Amino acid sequence: MSTLDKLLLCRLRKGIVTVPVEIQKVEQMGAELKKAINARFRRSFNIREVDTGSCGICEAEIIAANNPVYDVARFGVNFVASPRHADALLVTGPVGKNMLLALQKTYDAMPEPKLVITLGDCALDGGIFKESYYVEGGVSKILPVTLHIPGCPPTPLEIIEALLGLLKQ
Amino acid sequence: MTHKDEVYIEAAADNFGALCLSLHKEHCSPVMGMFARELKDDYRIYCAFISVKLKKWFFATLDIPKDNPQFPSIAKEIYSANLFEREIREMFGINPIGNPDNRRLRLHEEVWPKGSFPLRKDFVPPKEKPEGREYPFAKVEGEGVFEVPVGPVHAGIIGPGHFRFSVAGEPIVNLELRLGFSHRGVEKLLENKIPSAAVRLTECVAGDSAVAHSWAFCHAVEKIGGIKVPERAAIIRAILLELERMYNHVADIGGMAIDVGFSHPAALASIIKESIHSLNQRLTGSRFLKGINVIGGVARDIGNLDGLDSIMADFKDLKGILLSSVSFLDRVEPTGILRRETAENLGVTGLAGRASGIAIDLRQGFMETYNKLDYKLSTYSSGDCLARLKIRIDEFEGSAKLIRRLLENLPQGEILASDINFKEGYSLGYVEGWRGPVLYWVNLDGEGKIDRCKIIDPSFRSWQGLSYAVLGEIIPDFPLCNKSFDLSYPGGDL
Ligand code: SF4
Repeated sequence: MSTLDKLLLCRLRKGIVTVPVEIQKVEQMGAELKKAINARFRRSFNIREVDTGSCGICEAEIIAANNPVYDVARFGVNFVASPRHADALLVTGPVGKNMLLALQKTYDAMPEPKLVITLGDCALDGGIFKESYYVEGGVSKILPVTLHIPGCPPTPLEIIEALLGLLKQ
Repeated sequence: MTHKDEVYIEAAADNFGALCLSLHKEHCSPVMGMFARELKDDYRIYCAFISVKLKKWFFATLDIPKDNPQFPSIAKEIYSANLFEREIREMFGINPIGNPDNRRLRLHEEVWPKGSFPLRKDFVPPKEKPEGREYPFAKVEGEGVFEVPVGPVHAGIIGPGHFRFSVAGEPIVNLELRLGFSHRGVEKLLENKIPSAAVRLTECVAGDSAVAHSWAFCHAVEKIGGIKVPERAAIIRAILLELERMYNHVADIGGMAIDVGFSHPAALASIIKESIHSLNQRLTGSRFLKGINVIGGVARDIGNLDGLDSIMADFKDLKGILLSSVSFLDRVEPTGILRRETAENLGVTGLAGRASGIAIDLRQGFMETYNKLDYKLSTYSSGDCLARLKIRIDEFEGSAKLIRRLLENLPQGEILASDINFKEGYSLGYVEGWRGPVLYWVNLDGEGKIDRCKIIDPSFRSWQGLSYAVLGEIIPDFPLCNKSFDLSYPGGDL
């Protein structure tokens, strides 16, 4: 372990970053998540994210779930660059008209089991943009959705919790 | 009703261009915004300029009859008007005569019919078939030139946009941006809303600038109604705006490190970002500082800012690692240069503008809360990725200092104005967000409802800056250049 790694680790331990209770929660849920992923997806659960017109911070929280505090990759959750490698599609945003085709094509490019997860209130039914002339409103009108993670935006911890709930089933 | 920081000058069709040109030259200002508004029998065009010297905003206005919706384009003389003119044509069906680029920015030809203009008052969602026209990208032809299309779905966890690179060998010879994928029709959604019910929506225009956007909107409405925001509330807003700047700047500093494969400092940066989010959560109940700004003040008081010291200690380490790494500096300097003249022509302001030597920051002289603080902006002249990185470093440290000074100035007292009212009138609200100036021009009708709200996020103009900065660079440096600007898809697409 390099000095810098140690430095990071010690910052985490000291709890400078976030309240210690939360770190414990992350570790505990993470361990369960890892078990579930080991059992059902042979150690790695691959997700492809698609933004269909979000305000940008649903993405920020997904990225935060990958930072060293939460670090979902160590539990087996990977964000992949291509839908061809993905077990699940994670969709954010209210589905603007311009993104309809891209969303459909990304879904078509996925292999089975083609899970679709929506994240954030926008992706459920258009959320705060529901009434807009340019919003299709809700991913579930277009693709079969397995799980919705509510929030505006959901926190990294809520994201982990929701994934755990899905994979434990 | 007049505001001392806004000057409106009426023009006629034959001298509108000349008036704009003289405002542009006299105040050395790009077109900060240009937009239309529907009146009973006319459309009114507004073209906004900023005078840094006089600390005022100048608007040239032109009325054009509805039965002949056109006006002479000014983009030939003032290029920064170009995108705004195209936007007006697309959203209102008003033709800027002489502007040759009739491609749409947001209502993509593949999914939206011809002749349906969302911002007209009589607009109804169209039933006609989409125009179906293919989007004509500028073509670069010649031996060895090939095109690389990227997006709208990218490899990373990021907003949607389409980039069309033309490369000759490695170097990029042209980059065409096609955006609008995040268009949600926000300006239309705001219409007919009572201002207090609209604040939450303005936070979602660009979520990473929730404070800047909602503050700018509140500022406009408060100016119209003469609502006096208590000093304590104004200072709380400023503290939150600086926290917003800090978490975004450190995220981008880390992002630039990751885009050249330097993962240690990137990890440290993301830890610092997480610490600021935790602090935000503790202060306001929201990691992204949402739900705080309300018309007339803030919705809740804030507690102490413990934790800022350790954040600054971490940041010092981060800065040390980056600026002492020769191989890192080698990648960011002199990569992705945006020349000052180009930036001026395109109307690039804010962070990217300051990195190219354009010394405009609304916190210096424009925003009342900052006047007492004697804020000094930071500028560089090289316009490369390193300059944009250094601006972020300076501003991160500057924000922490500002927060400390704001805390010292924080008086006891109310956090909400007592005289909240929504009366007829219009005004410009403005805030220097972390990307640059966020502008909200708001017109309230006789019932105090929103008749027109024009939102101008700095990303709208600055995206073009990116397409010039990458010329001559290689595609592998594109992510770095892109991150160094870090523009907002939703902020530009509305
Ligand atoms: S759910 Fe909320 S945070 Fe997520 S994209 Fe929509 S508005 Fe933004």
